[in-house]
Amino acid sequence: MSSPSTQFATSRRMGIYEPVHQISMWAEPFKADCSPNTGTSTIIEVDTKMDKSEDTSQGTIGSSKKYDQEANKPPDKVLRRLAQNREAARKSRLRKKAYVQQLESSRLKLTQLEQELERLRQQGVYIGGSFDTSHLGLSGTVNTGTDAFEMEYGHWVEEQSRQVNELRTALQAHVTDIDLRLLVDSGMNHYYDLFRMKATAAKADVFYLISGMWRTSAERFFLWIGGFRPSELLKVLTPQLDPLTEQQVVDVYNLQQSSQQAEDALSQGLLKLQQTLSETLASDTVVAGSYMSQMTTAMGKLEALVSFVNQADHLRQQTLLQMSRILTTRQAARGLLALGDYFQRLRALSSLWAARPCEPA
Amino acid sequence: MEKVMRVASEKGVVIFSRSSCCMCYAVKILFHELGVNPMVHELDQDPEEKEMERALSRMGCNAPVPAVFIGGKLVGSTNEVMSLHLSGSLVPLIKSYQTLT
Repeated sequence: MSSPSTQFATSRRMGIYEPVHQISMWAEPFKADCSPNTGTSTIIEVDTKMDKSEDTSQGTIGSSKKYDQEANKPPDKVLRRLAQNREAARKSRLRKKAYVQQLESSRLKLTQLEQELERLRQQGVYIGGSFDTSHLGLSGTVNTGTDAFEMEYGHWVEEQSRQVNELRTALQAHVTDIDLRLLVDSGMNHYYDLFRMKATAAKADVFYLISGMWRTSAERFFLWIGGFRPSELLKVLTPQLDPLTEQQVVDVYNLQQSSQQAEDALSQGLLKLQQTLSETLASDTVVAGSYMSQMTTAMGKLEALVSFVNQADHLRQQTLLQMSRILTTRQAARGLLALGDYFQRLRALSSLWAARPCEPA
Repeated sequence: MEKVMRVASEKGVVIFSRSSCCMCYAVKILFHELGVNPMVHELDQDPEEKEMERALSRMGCNAPVPAVFIGGKLVGSTNEVMSLHLSGSLVPLIKSYQTLT
């Protein structure tokens, strides 16, 4: 906020015609910087400065000469120019006022949104970055399983941020490997806690978990069976773990490959599940009573969904475990930090996206 | 149970499955990806389904399907197979049974 007004004030003091700055700010050619009060004298100052570049010997004596020159010009032209300058200045001030008001209201809106988010978080509702009210209001029924999970997950994210900062500080401070090991173990256990929470939530409402609504919007973009793809995370992390020994490079690559194969197998199993569920519901129920058996079969299929979500989390857990075996303590610490930062940035991106100004329809 | 052990030894890699089980399908796909063509024994198509199920549960398979045997020995269910694969220990086990490229 200060720079435009500073430029404004500076130009006024110097009385210098600065077309470039004013054009970019107020998007209109700015003829001269003057207010009704300074009027004539400012114009004189401008002329003086301009003449100075041509003949520097004149100095202050020149200003009185210039005043005479000014007075010799036809008075109506001078008056017209004065009026035009006043008008331009007035318009510029109005534009600036409008701009500042727009900034202030945007700031206010952002503060309100942040407060709303905090209020809702404290009520135990985790909204993520999308401010999607459809999840909040329309379901009607109270699902204590998912509500409890959302609240727990909110706490989990806060604890995650705290741990990430602790890791960052520890790595910068070059603490001993023993201390680092403690932080790494906490970090790993924290992820294992999440998988435990998810297993419980899957039993309560597997569709909720698989929808990813408990995560922010940008995170949801990467969703694979209720979370992140382990092989993709490895691709994100590995470059940040350098330097790796040759053996480590091979081991990480093999882990990535294995995970990818396991992920593909699970994905295909899930596709098969979709197909069989679809076939079950699509079959003709001409015979009386077969509707119930159809529904019973379909319900059985949905139960299988829970085991797929559990397997996907098992895969994530195993990937973390294997990485902790392949890496040194320091590398593991860096890896956990990188992972934490990555998720934090995705969450921040979601917030930014949600808060972006919307064009009127 | 002898039938289970007999079937388990019929081929290098044997998966006890149920035709409606999609997780069993996923495990089968994984072995295909690793170049192995496992023998899949569908319990629901076996007259002795109940006894075999009980036998597998007693051996430690909770689900009880999929139950994976390699070289006649019980490896476990999906969890165990996935853990083995990610630790790099599955491929050495199936090396001699890899036929597909």
